[in-house]
Amino acid sequence: MSFINYSSREINCKIVYYGPGLCGKTTNLQYIYSKTNPEAKGKMISLETGTERTLLFDFLPISLGEIRGFKTRFHLFTVPGQVFYDASRKLILKGVDGVVFVADSQVERLDANIESLESLENNLREHGEDLEKIPFVIQYNKRDLPTAVDLSYLEEVFNPRGVQSFEAVAPTGQGVFDTLKAVAKQVLVELKRGDRHRAP
Amino acid sequence: MNTQTALFEEDSKRLTELCLKLQQESYAKAVFLLDKDGQLLSSVGEVEEIDTTSLASLTAGNIAATGGLAKLLGEREFPVQVHEGEVESIHISLVGERLILVILFDNRSSLGLIRLKLKHSYPELLQVSHEIFNKPPEEVRSVFSQISDDDIDDFFSFD
Repeated sequence: MSFINYSSREINCKIVYYGPGLCGKTTNLQYIYSKTNPEAKGKMISLETGTERTLLFDFLPISLGEIRGFKTRFHLFTVPGQVFYDASRKLILKGVDGVVFVADSQVERLDANIESLESLENNLREHGEDLEKIPFVIQYNKRDLPTAVDLSYLEEVFNPRGVQSFEAVAPTGQGVFDTLKAVAKQVLVELKRGDRHRAP
Repeated sequence: MNTQTALFEEDSKRLTELCLKLQQESYAKAVFLLDKDGQLLSSVGEVEEIDTTSLASLTAGNIAATGGLAKLLGEREFPVQVHEGEVESIHISLVGERLILVILFDNRSSLGLIRLKLKHSYPELLQVSHEIFNKPPEEVRSVFSQISDDDIDDFFSFD
């Protein structure tokens, strides 16, 4: 749920990076953090297990600039990818304005991607949201690995609706900001559209 | 399906006044009011050294996790949490369905005093919270009605 503070003149939106374990969600946020000006970002928080697996969430607030005098901030969250953390994933999706699904391009992770995408749809539904109606982009990560599946095949399996999608190699930054910009723009367009519909 | 919460100048002022009164009367170090999504609505007291955005996000995550735990055990929720540290302690409580009040205190105050003063402030906080989240749609003049498609395009024209 977006939050507009007229007192501090801020628009705040929530974007969640979702995907199977070790697909690179945290790496996306780490890259964004490393390349964002200090004045435009807050502290990155990672609630991890002792083995660098996300336990509850990663959180990174960033500011992309001003629109009509309102500072526009995006709160970026990742969910824990491992299957048994589904309760945590559901919590993080509450109040989400836009979702990035980070798919692992490796052939051996196809089933994990499918399972994760299904859990995304189910968890959103439990919050009364519909994946087809909220801002949503797909990122095919790990495109540099030798076992990466052809893009056309991934698109056929994961993107029958033809939503915006990006190829990425998160550690080098390839596709990372393109993904963020695409989902952030969809969020603002959707907020504007929703506002128009709500007008008396 | 997106919904927006808007905090207007006059409501922000009222919340800040209530938080300030609570902070001063309870001798707390700082008082924060946030929503369950982790958006900070008000912060008063000694907040200069505190990363308030992180505090709000972690508190909301904590409340969400505790709420999940409560439901698992058949409770509706656990409305109050206290974390006691060697020097500083945190009192976290729910205000109605949507807001979270965080009171940071040290040895200038006590848990008993915090509880007593919060009990006095709670009805008014709840009332303002109710008014913020139940505004008639025609009163919510969102900034988005003034933003054009070109504004959004321009916003994303950076490299």
